[in-house]
Amino acid sequence: MSRSLGKTAAAEPTPSPLLEVRGLSMRFGGLLAVDTVNFDVRRDQIFAIIGPNGAGKTTVFNCVGGFYRPTTGSVTLDGQPIHHLSSHRIARLGLVRTFQNVRLFKTMTVVENLLISQHTQLETRLLHGLFKTPNYRRAEAEALERAVFWLDKVGLLPVANREAGNLAYGQQRRLEIARCMITHPKLLMLDEPAAGLNPQETRDLDRLINDLRAEHGVAVLLIEHDMSLVMGISDEILVMEYGRPIATGTPDEIRSDPRVIKAYLGEE
Amino acid sequence: MRRVLPEALLAAVLTAVLAVPIFGLRIHVDGIDVSLDRTPTPVIVAVVVVFLLRLFQEPLRAGWARARLSITWQHPLADALRRTRRQPGYRALPWTLLLIAAVVWPFTASRGAVDIMTLALIYVMLGLGLNIVVGFAGLLVLGYAAFYAVGAYAYALLAQHFGLSFWLSLPIAGALAALTGFLLGLPVLRLRGDYLAIVTLGFGEITRLLLNNLNVLTGGPDGIGNIPRPTLFGLEFGRRASEGGATFHEFFGIDYSGEHAVIFLYLLGLALVVSILFVIDRLQRMPLGRAWEALREDEIACRSLGLNPTVIKLSALTLSAVFAGLAGAFFAARQGYINPESFTFIESAMVLAIVVLGGMGSQFGIMLAAIAITALPELAREFNEYRMLAFGLVMVLMMIWRPQGLVPAVRPRLELPERSEPAP
Amino acid sequence: MSGSSLLEFIQQAINGLTLGSIYALIAIGYTMVYGIIGMINFAHGEIYMIGAYVGLLVITVLGLFGVDSISLILLATLAVSILVTGSYGWTVERLAYRPLRGSPRLVPLISAIGVSIFLQNYVQLGQGARDVSMQPVLTGGWRFGPEDGFQVYLSYMQVLIAAVTVVSMTVLTLFISRSRMGRACRACSQDRAMANLLGIDTDRVIALTFVLGAALAAVAGVLVSMYYGLVNPFIGFIAGLKAFTAAVLGGIGSIPGAMLGGVVLGLAESFASAYLRTEYKDVVAFALLIGVLLVRPSGLLGRPDVEKV
Ligand SMILES: Nc1ncnc2c1ncn2[C@@H]1O[C@H](COP(=O)(O)OP(=O)(O)O)[C@@H](O)[C@H]1O
Ligand SMILES: [Mg+2]
Repeated sequence: MSRSLGKTAAAEPTPSPLLEVRGLSMRFGGLLAVDTVNFDVRRDQIFAIIGPNGAGKTTVFNCVGGFYRPTTGSVTLDGQPIHHLSSHRIARLGLVRTFQNVRLFKTMTVVENLLISQHTQLETRLLHGLFKTPNYRRAEAEALERAVFWLDKVGLLPVANREAGNLAYGQQRRLEIARCMITHPKLLMLDEPAAGLNPQETRDLDRLINDLRAEHGVAVLLIEHDMSLVMGISDEILVMEYGRPIATGTPDEIRSDPRVIKAYLGEE
Repeated sequence: MRRVLPEALLAAVLTAVLAVPIFGLRIHVDGIDVSLDRTPTPVIVAVVVVFLLRLFQEPLRAGWARARLSITWQHPLADALRRTRRQPGYRALPWTLLLIAAVVWPFTASRGAVDIMTLALIYVMLGLGLNIVVGFAGLLVLGYAAFYAVGAYAYALLAQHFGLSFWLSLPIAGALAALTGFLLGLPVLRLRGDYLAIVTLGFGEITRLLLNNLNVLTGGPDGIGNIPRPTLFGLEFGRRASEGGATFHEFFGIDYSGEHAVIFLYLLGLALVVSILFVIDRLQRMPLGRAWEALREDEIACRSLGLNPTVIKLSALTLSAVFAGLAGAFFAARQGYINPESFTFIESAMVLAIVVLGGMGSQFGIMLAAIAITALPELAREFNEYRMLAFGLVMVLMMIWRPQGLVPAVRPRLELPERSEPAP
Repeated sequence: MSGSSLLEFIQQAINGLTLGSIYALIAIGYTMVYGIIGMINFAHGEIYMIGAYVGLLVITVLGLFGVDSISLILLATLAVSILVTGSYGWTVERLAYRPLRGSPRLVPLISAIGVSIFLQNYVQLGQGARDVSMQPVLTGGWRFGPEDGFQVYLSYMQVLIAAVTVVSMTVLTLFISRSRMGRACRACSQDRAMANLLGIDTDRVIALTFVLGAALAAVAGVLVSMYYGLVNPFIGFIAGLKAFTAAVLGGIGSIPGAMLGGVVLGLAESFASAYLRTEYKDVVAFALLIGVLLVRPSGLLGRPDVEKV
């Protein structure tokens, strides 16, 4: 893996990557949906996975996030193996995701969606809630404040009290991102976040993702079909086809990689 | 259009196939003589009805749609009602009035009516409790009577063997039922939620079986008698005080009346219901209640945000069991005796019917349904024979036409204050 | 093990296998429906109960006409019973489950328990709540063992039950693996949405699954009514619970699993009632269910299911 010129020059010891995926495979019956995939995501990186539909990108997310148990391979987050953990434990370790088909709590309000995702940080003990102890009130008030902060950030404050299911598509996508960010993740996984967005919304998304990394110190693992977005935003790209990784590198390297060109142009 | 007749005929034949062996021929056993009673009438009626319904399906549907349209005038009213219910100030008012009425009512009603209402209150408790797990968490529990039994037997046994009072036993009964629910849910809820239905169904049967067979402990089919009635701060409601006790009427210097005990039980039941309502209202606004809701809506999304589905489901089942345990202890105190017959599957089915009919998640609907279902057999004795048939039918029809129940739930929604959005 | 206790053990094994055959036949209906639409069909036990009633009715009718050839009785009873219960299976699916396709999981589950309660009371209304019993059709059997000690008894009926079960299972397996409809069934149970895209009429396949399950339940019902000669409207409840346990034990969704689960459960119960107390055989079945869920939730032959995200 080579990087663009200036970045690797310094002699400082390379810190261990945030996410290490080694030899990851996932088999569904006769179908090898993911075939020996390796990649690293560093702490400050925006890393993209691209590839045609059915290449196994979402399945990689599902394996990394603990929704599927990988057939073989290992996944390490911050030096800790996580491939045997269940999805909610992995989420608590700071790895959260959005879904290709947005999964909001549709009948709940926008604010409530943000409160649900803070569940693990709230005062959930029964008696505290029943008697509304000061602790409990404080936790709820702080949760609301955080919700307001993030709603403001993604521009959803005016619709805070609407039912999430009634939001416009682009708003739903942003709410899903806010819902992840409010948990203070280390790594944010976005599954086709620009799908269905108009060009303006896509540009906003681009800015938002950059801003999340810059101001909130989150690494981003991204699946995306919008090439201009991917090429502009990513530090590193993994290309998959039929479950196999066919190339890894910077956007420039990927753009000029003959295998990638063949895979993409050969299909279209 | 031309295919209507053959389809109607087919439906008629199918009806005949279904009905003849059950209603047309009846095996009659008399000693070793076996004979067949032939009763063609119900079959013929069924076949003709199905045939006609199928034949005139289209016009009937159209007529029904028109009838439905003509009653939409209700909607503005319903909307207005819903809006007032959301207003915090107005929300308390109807409930307060209702509570006052419920407290005053027993002093004006007959003893029998108060007694039946006390029973209805027990079903209200059970309905509210089951609703937590079914309505909020979206998990089916088919052996709810088992938790009810745990509560009832807990009080009966504690009183019998250790002389514990109702008030001391009540929390213990709740805790034991909770423990039962927790232990039962632990192995099951890690898996798909719908296994819970069958496991609780089995558990209900096993509980009944054990109650019937562990004679030494539970008294077997005869059950346990002489369960002490609850007291009011130590004051008893009997004619004469037990050793070292004092009675209510002597303490207040009034004449003894059997009605005091009945009214007291009713008010006690009412107090329990009110506290349960309070707890449930708080629960719905708490992180836990929100998590139940979220889990029912999308379990995968919940997991992706770090919520542990097993723990959240387990909390719903455990809390739900607590309320059944409390109801059970109260039931034992009201009856004065208990036996396994009060805790059969029929009981579980009845509570489920209450929840389904009243509207999953709706406190108010459940109370109405509980009262209706308890009062109906008293008003119409013949109903009893068809009761279970009706329950079964109600569950199916409600799921098809109105899965949200007769009084759909209005969830307390959390909204951001002041920063109101611009009017749409 | 002394000679007589070995014989006793064999006897219990025979009884257990008989019971297990019945459970296995019912369990297949649960497992197939769960495999395709992921729903516990609580009404399945009631379908079996109706099958048993129909069996008894047909035997009675034939008896009134003086038919006494065993093979004729068996064939006629099976044919009529399968027709009637198959119709029930189809109707129930059509009226109570199909309108609920795509609803939240809880909704069809409640509908199913409603159907179960309804059918139980409906039969009670038509046929009365009391036990209906009659003379066994097929009596006699073989005895093995010492003249003066414990003798193993293998009745003709037990052999018949085993034979009919094996034949039914073979027919089902052939149907599923060879026929067009059977392939469609398998496709649907792997991925219903995909099967639908490929032009398979999934509604028809689901209906067929209910009918097939009901037919096997009818076979079980007929065998039970011939074996015990005793039926009441409540037999479906416990039998359904047991059969579901068998299905989970074998691995829900797996047809060979349901067969194996039925046999294992039958054996467990038979030994439990012999060596513990008869009243506790249901407790043993239940304990087995909990145990399986704890230790091996995907069952003996089931594959752990991957929930599609
Ligand atoms: N749970 C599953 N069971 C069976 N096959 C699956 C499952 N999930 C994904 N697949 C298959 O794996 C392949 C890769 O799918 P996916 O990861 O969604 O692709 P992508 O996200 O790259 O479009 C597809 O052929 C898909 O049908
Ligand atoms: Mg995808």
